[in-house]
Amino acid sequence: MSEHTLSHTDEFKAGRALGLDHRKLGMWLFIASEVMFFGGLIATFLHYKYQLGFPEIASLDVFQVGLNTLILLTSSLTVVEALSAIRHGRGGRMAIFLLLTILLGVAFLSGQAYEFYKLYEEGITLTSGVFGSAFFTLTGFHGLHVLIGVVWAIVVLARGLRGAYTAEQNMGVEVFGLYWHFVDIVWIILFTIIYLIP
Amino acid sequence: MTTDTAKPTWRRYLWWNTDHKVIGVQYIVTSFIFFLLAGALAMLIRAELASPGPDFLSGEAYNQTMTNHGSMMLFLWILPVLAGFGNYLVPLMIGARDMAFPRLNALSFWLIPPAGLLMLASLFVGGADAGWTAYVPLSISGPPGQTLWALSVIILGTSSILGAINFITTTITMRAPGMTIWRLPLFVWGMLATSVLVLSATPVLATGLILVALDRTVGTHFFAVGSGGDPVLWQNLFWFYSHPAVYIMVLPAMGIISEVFPVFSRKPIFGYRMIALSSMAIAVLGLTVWAHHMFTSGMDPRLRVPYMVSSMVIAVPTGVKIFSWLATIWYGKLRLNAPMLFALGFISMFLIGGLTGIFLASIPVDLHVHDSYFVVAHLHFVLFGGSVSAVFAGLYYWFPKITGRMYDERVARFQFAVYFIGANLAYLPLFLAGLQGMPRRVADYAEMFTSVNQLSTIGSMILGFAVLPFLYNAIVSMARGPKADANPWNARTLEWKTSSPPPTHNFEQIPVVTEEPYAYGEDAAAGGPSPSPAAG
Repeated sequence: MSEHTLSHTDEFKAGRALGLDHRKLGMWLFIASEVMFFGGLIATFLHYKYQLGFPEIASLDVFQVGLNTLILLTSSLTVVEALSAIRHGRGGRMAIFLLLTILLGVAFLSGQAYEFYKLYEEGITLTSGVFGSAFFTLTGFHGLHVLIGVVWAIVVLARGLRGAYTAEQNMGVEVFGLYWHFVDIVWIILFTIIYLIP
Repeated sequence: MTTDTAKPTWRRYLWWNTDHKVIGVQYIVTSFIFFLLAGALAMLIRAELASPGPDFLSGEAYNQTMTNHGSMMLFLWILPVLAGFGNYLVPLMIGARDMAFPRLNALSFWLIPPAGLLMLASLFVGGADAGWTAYVPLSISGPPGQTLWALSVIILGTSSILGAINFITTTITMRAPGMTIWRLPLFVWGMLATSVLVLSATPVLATGLILVALDRTVGTHFFAVGSGGDPVLWQNLFWFYSHPAVYIMVLPAMGIISEVFPVFSRKPIFGYRMIALSSMAIAVLGLTVWAHHMFTSGMDPRLRVPYMVSSMVIAVPTGVKIFSWLATIWYGKLRLNAPMLFALGFISMFLIGGLTGIFLASIPVDLHVHDSYFVVAHLHFVLFGGSVSAVFAGLYYWFPKITGRMYDERVARFQFAVYFIGANLAYLPLFLAGLQGMPRRVADYAEMFTSVNQLSTIGSMILGFAVLPFLYNAIVSMARGPKADANPWNARTLEWKTSSPPPTHNFEQIPVVTEEPYAYGEDAAAGGPSPSPAAG
């Protein structure tokens, strides 16, 4: 069917109608569905928090998790820097900032693992009660998203090192960035409702 | 990965393929198989209910049959078959070559067979028996199949979400030149509205099902009443999805109907923009009504009233559609082909389903008939009389486009007659049973309900028989039917401007759109000018 290729590939290139790249729109829509997914988990947590009071919240280490929050916030900054670097055509600088992002993501996950470990030591577990169930499920699903983000960052880094992105073609980095910032924002909300609001 | 045109054509339907038309057919055929299975379960249920007292199904077996009938019909038939139509038609209707994410599209389909097999497998380890609503704590303590059931529905939900992302992105970014937002065919509007609902509601069902699965497998305490777990939370999470799910299952169906009426009335659709906007209105309002399913769950009585009001308000955009369709066929040159017959069947049965929905939204009526057969009858008029009728209308309407051959009109009309009689006989008596107080989801019933149940059972057997002429017609016509030309119905939407079946790349030349999709009666070829409706 090669005789029918015509100009289909050019004319039908997605993103023509609105000047909006289809990958970016797809990621925004995916994020919309993720908002609703976390919305369900957050609603569950808040519902039980107001129904049962959750005295276990006193055992949470706000200082350690606050530090962890700072780490994750910083990683959003490094993603912004990575995208900005490749938009100026500086692939090496992008690679460094992606590597920093990965390290910060791993640091956050380690911090979360340490927090979980300490809570388990104190007897607060996934199955110890409603608080444990709601807390570990909510923060655990967020941690899973960070883990996926870290793996994705490694893929973007590897592609970047092979020269897949240029100053003009860097949608792969931008779409990854959207996801990473989203996961970051979710954490800000979780930190607020779990650790800060009494 | 991509379509290999050297292979025999039928083989590409059996394996990974990124052509939206192949995927569309894969969706439709796979879901039809589950329709037959779930239909067989329905006939089993009706056979058991042919006389009072337990006959051949034990209480447990009845509960499993009833649960899986409902779950398969909703999650493995109506949702995927409509997604199949969306896949086949949306790119063709907007003049695109394919969906925006072809590989994601193939993935959306290939999640369905394993999920379906998982649901079937669950029947052999002690099937789910908590109803399709899976209310806790029943679904927490139920047999092991309940866990597989939950996993299956999570996978099917994921497939829906990925599909919705694809539909919205495709519609927004891949329209042909001139295909403005107000020239989109109404089926595309329906898919757009449905996709918005899928993105908003389905993830919440996934949340709820994950919590149920965790409670069942790991031993978390989300719904363990002894530790403070709250069963009403599940009802909120479940209905937040499952009420909008009704609109997810009916908006594309309404889209199909909006395609069929103007073609077979030879008139422009009445109130194009109002039909399009009412789909979006239903999508938005549909997210605000879920707790009307929980009037008897001990909610604050002050909360009931806003839910009652929002539920009743949905009747307004729905009424806009019904009256617009009636105005479309008003003074039209009607051609009573099978798609038109099923569209008329849709409008009559959906109307009964819709009106009884207003009864149920009213708090005092709901308290009276809650969990009775009135609800069963209402749901079947909406989803079978509505959605399934529209699916058959669509199957006949696009049969020549998809297969390149015409179906046998006489057999199709015969099928419609059997189907219409069967459906009404099966479901109408259930309203009576419900009003007299027959509870749903029980294998046994009091003597006084015997005659209405026998009528319903006879109707359901007729309805089950109605699928045979369809299968015969589809299979024989696919092999030996007369060749269909590109536009056998003389329709105006873009999918008819390419050959039947369309080539892999859909259009030989990129279509340039210069008119509305339903500009019938504006030239002699389309049937001459027609009077505008007297009322509307």
